[in-house]
Amino acid sequence: MPKWDEEFFIEKGLLLTAVSSIIIIALIILFVFKEGIPAIESTGFFSFLFGMDWAPTKGEYGIFPMIIGTLGITVLSLLMAVPLGVFCAIFLAEIAPSAMRKVLNPTIQTLAGIPSVVYGFFGLVLLVPFMRLQFGGTGFSMFTASVILTVMILPIIVSVSEDAFRSIPLEYKEASLALGATHWQTIKNVIFPAAIPGVITSVILGMGRAIGETLAIIMVAGNVVQIPSSIFDPVRALTSNIAIEMGYATGIHYNALFATGIVLIFMIIVLLVIANYLHYKKKVTMGGGYL
Amino acid sequence: MDTKYIIGIIVAIIVIVGAYLVLAGSGGGQEETITIVGSTSVQPVAEKLATEYMKKNSSVKITVQGGGSSVGIKSVQDGTADIGTSSKSLDADESTGLTQDEIGLDGIAIVVNKDNNISGLTTEQVKGIFTGEITNWNEVGGSDAEINVITREEGSGTRDAVQEIVMGGKNVSFVDGAIVQSSTEAVQQAVAQDPNAIGFMSYAAVSDTKALEIDGVAPSEETVLDGSYTIQRPFLFLVKGEPTGALKAFIDWVNGSEGQAIIKSDKVVPTGKEVNSTS
Repeated sequence: MPKWDEEFFIEKGLLLTAVSSIIIIALIILFVFKEGIPAIESTGFFSFLFGMDWAPTKGEYGIFPMIIGTLGITVLSLLMAVPLGVFCAIFLAEIAPSAMRKVLNPTIQTLAGIPSVVYGFFGLVLLVPFMRLQFGGTGFSMFTASVILTVMILPIIVSVSEDAFRSIPLEYKEASLALGATHWQTIKNVIFPAAIPGVITSVILGMGRAIGETLAIIMVAGNVVQIPSSIFDPVRALTSNIAIEMGYATGIHYNALFATGIVLIFMIIVLLVIANYLHYKKKVTMGGGYL
Repeated sequence: MDTKYIIGIIVAIIVIVGAYLVLAGSGGGQEETITIVGSTSVQPVAEKLATEYMKKNSSVKITVQGGGSSVGIKSVQDGTADIGTSSKSLDADESTGLTQDEIGLDGIAIVVNKDNNISGLTTEQVKGIFTGEITNWNEVGGSDAEINVITREEGSGTRDAVQEIVMGGKNVSFVDGAIVQSSTEAVQQAVAQDPNAIGFMSYAAVSDTKALEIDGVAPSEETVLDGSYTIQRPFLFLVKGEPTGALKAFIDWVNGSEGQAIIKSDKVVPTGKEVNSTS
C-alpha cells in the first residue's frame, strides 16, 4: 500500500518538525536549570533573587538590582514605543496614501533588520555624549538604553499592529461610516477596539525583544549593578550580566549566570501568560469565529 | 515504492558520509592546526603573530580565540586549546603541568580624555579615584568637575591587573557608580567622548585618549622594560607539558627575532623567556 506509506511518512514527518521545537526548548530549559540550580541552592533562593550585591569575586550573588534594571529599561522603552508604534500603525493602515505607505513600510522594516551591535555603537558614539550634555552624569543610563530600545522595538510594534488593523473586516468600517460616524470616530470606536488583541500581541513581541536585547544595552546602559535612583542613572540588565561575565566565569559564578537565565525565562513565561490571557479576554467574536 | 525510497536514502547517506570523509581526510592530512585561546588583551598580538606565521608556513593553520585569561588557562589544562594565553601571572595551582612562555610585558595605561588638563597622577591618587575617595578633578589639580570612572567587567585581565597593582588586592572595590564597559574599545570610546572620564587599558591600545604619567613616569617601552612604569603585566603563552613538533616550531619563532619584532610593533615589550611561576 504505497499510498498509505506516503501519507504515514508525511504525517509523521510533519509531526516531527512540529514537536522538534518543543523538544529544543525543553532541552534548553532543562540545561539552563541544571546549570543554574546549584547557584540558587548555594546562595539561597531569596538572597539570590532579592540580594542587593553582585560581587562574584567575593562570592556575593544578588540579582535584584538587575531585575529592576531589566524591568525599568523595558517599561521605559514600551512607554515610548507603544504610543508611537500604535499611532504609526493606525496612520499606515487607515490614513496614509498608498504612495506614502510604499516609502514608510520598507523604511520601518529596515529598522528591524539593522543588527543590534550597530544600534549599540550608534548609541555609544552619538546618544551617550548627547545625554551627558543634556542631562549631566556620564550619559550612560537607563534612559539612554530605553531610547535605543524604543527604536529597536518600534518596527515590531508597527508592523504587527498594522496587520491587526488591516485584518478588521471592511463591513465593520462600512457599517460605522454608514451610521454617520466620522473616520476618526470609526477608528476610535470600531477599528481600534476590534484590533486590540493584535495590538496586545505586538506589544508583547516588542516587550520580548526588549527584555532579551543584550548587546546594544551593554554598550549604552553603563552596566553598574545598582538600583537606579533616577532614570538617568546607569543600570545593568539581566541579559547584559550574563553576556559580560560569561567569558570569565568559572565554578559557582558560572552557575549564577545560568541562574540569571532562569529568572529571565520565568519573566518571559509570566509575560506570555498575561499576554495570552489579555488576548483571550479582548477577543471579538464575529459570526461563528474569532477575529 | 518504499524500497525505492529506502535505496535513495541509503545512497544519499553514503554520498554525504563519503564526501565528508574525503574532505576531512584531505584537510587533516596536510595541515597542522594550532588553537590559541585566552586573554582578550593578548588576542590582537597573538592574531598578528598567527597571520605572519601562516604566511611563512602554509602547512600550519592557527586559530586565535578570546575568552579571557581564566578561559585560556582552563582550556590549555583540559586540552581544548594547544596554547592558552594569559595576561596575568599564574598561581602555583593554575600553573601545574604547564610550560609558561612570557612573550612580552604590557604596560597598562591610565587614560583620560584628550581635553583633560591633567597629565599625570600618583599611584595613590589613581587608587583614590578608582575607589571613590577622590571624586572631583580639582582634588588632583584639575578643573572643577566630577570624575566619571570607567572600568572593565569582573574577570577582565586588565581589571584584575589594575586591582592587584594599583588598588592593592581584590578586596578593594571600585567606586559604586563606576561605569562598566565590556571591551577595551568600549572603554576607549567612553573616555574619548567624556572630558571627565578616567579609565584604563593596555598601553598598546591607547589611541583616542591620553595616557597619564604615573608617579612622574610616562608609559613607554623603555619604562615598562626597566620596570620604572609600575602598572604592567606579563603576556604569557601556556603549553601543556613540553611543546613538540609544529607547536614548538611556532613558539620558537615567536621568541625569535621575527616574532619579537611583531610583538614590538604592537607596543608590547618583548621579553621572550620561559618563566617558572613562583607566586
